[in-house]
Amino acid sequence: MALSWDVLALDYDAEADRIGGELRRIIAHECKRRGLVVALSGGIDSSCVAALATRALGKAKVFGIHMPERDSSAETIKLSRSVSDTFGFDSVLEEITPVLDGYGCYRRRDEAIRMVFPEFGPGWKSKIVLPGLTGGELNVYSLVVQKPDGTIEKQRLPLPAYLQIVAATNFKQRTRKTFEYYHADRLHYAVSGTPNRLEYDQGFFVKGGDGLADVKPIAHLYKTQVYAMARHLGVPVDICNRAPTTDTYSLAQGQDEFYFALPYREMDLCLWGKNHGVAPAEVAPTVGLTADQVERVYRDIDQKRATTRYLGLAPQLVGAIPEIKH
Amino acid sequence: MSALDAATVERAVTTFIVDNFLFGNAADAPARDASFMETGLIDSTGVLELVAFVESTYAIKVGDDELVPENLDSVANLAAFVAKKAG
Repeated sequence: MALSWDVLALDYDAEADRIGGELRRIIAHECKRRGLVVALSGGIDSSCVAALATRALGKAKVFGIHMPERDSSAETIKLSRSVSDTFGFDSVLEEITPVLDGYGCYRRRDEAIRMVFPEFGPGWKSKIVLPGLTGGELNVYSLVVQKPDGTIEKQRLPLPAYLQIVAATNFKQRTRKTFEYYHADRLHYAVSGTPNRLEYDQGFFVKGGDGLADVKPIAHLYKTQVYAMARHLGVPVDICNRAPTTDTYSLAQGQDEFYFALPYREMDLCLWGKNHGVAPAEVAPTVGLTADQVERVYRDIDQKRATTRYLGLAPQLVGAIPEIKH
Repeated sequence: MSALDAATVERAVTTFIVDNFLFGNAADAPARDASFMETGLIDSTGVLELVAFVESTYAIKVGDDELVPENLDSVANLAAFVAKKAG
């Protein structure tokens, strides 16, 4: 029997109440802080967390930060401001481009890109992509560049170039988190992380960057549920209708081409099916794939869990310290 | 030079894995036919390091369409692929 999309249905009012209760308990009793800092990207996840936090804590106890940088879409700041305006909490704009310049983020990334495209320079744009579900390939990244004349070229990334591009780009997420903790320390607030379930499960975050937080209020929600929750809570429609993007590379980049094998809706159902022991043949007709393709998505889920396990590991100790409990 | 035989490549790949991924601990070396992905010893980054190693050691170029588990997912598969390509 085909798996129904309805398995992802939720009572959003009840779930928002439950998340709100947990947020109040965690921030007051576990963190012993007075409010919550939310970095606003203009995307669905951070907007949903901001809406949930405002509902749970009141707008006076939520502080937003807008942190676009040189490669962000022109829309980013307009969208993120629409969230703080809609929910009425205080927010600040932090210009992180000069900080990233100071770290050499852009210079180091471009140096790695020139290992593959030596003529890369001003006027060029870039992004990295995965092969997707079409072949039996391993998850090997390619670099896509757009030249100043608009032509597009694509090349497989040798490992040193790939690692340096990712390492340089990770300055962005880690710099943002530094500003989040600056404001959290100043206000005696906790810091939120905004991963949805797909991102949390599949390790789609930067360790010490967007992966670092005191509380992750929507990590248990599938992305489909995050969209529905955001709509339920009145997140601006322009955000609810926008496709997920990484907003990290200078060429527009969908999350599905960067990381996930499928668009989020289909990916959600595959992950739900796998988590609940549903056979690929039952998931396949609902998501419009063959059973073999769903089987491959299941394997890819396991592979990403294995590859990214390190990202979620707490610091490893080599001797027991029983007096300290986490 | 005689054609490269797979057994020689297997030894070289295993030595590379032990030296570079296992800090010299040969006891943890993968069985020759153990799937890297299934055993979890070597992830996709590790596979790319192995590809770079065989490309530079045996002066071969692995094409995008050759990056498939049948060619790369165990010491034995990788060695057979390299021997055929370099032979």
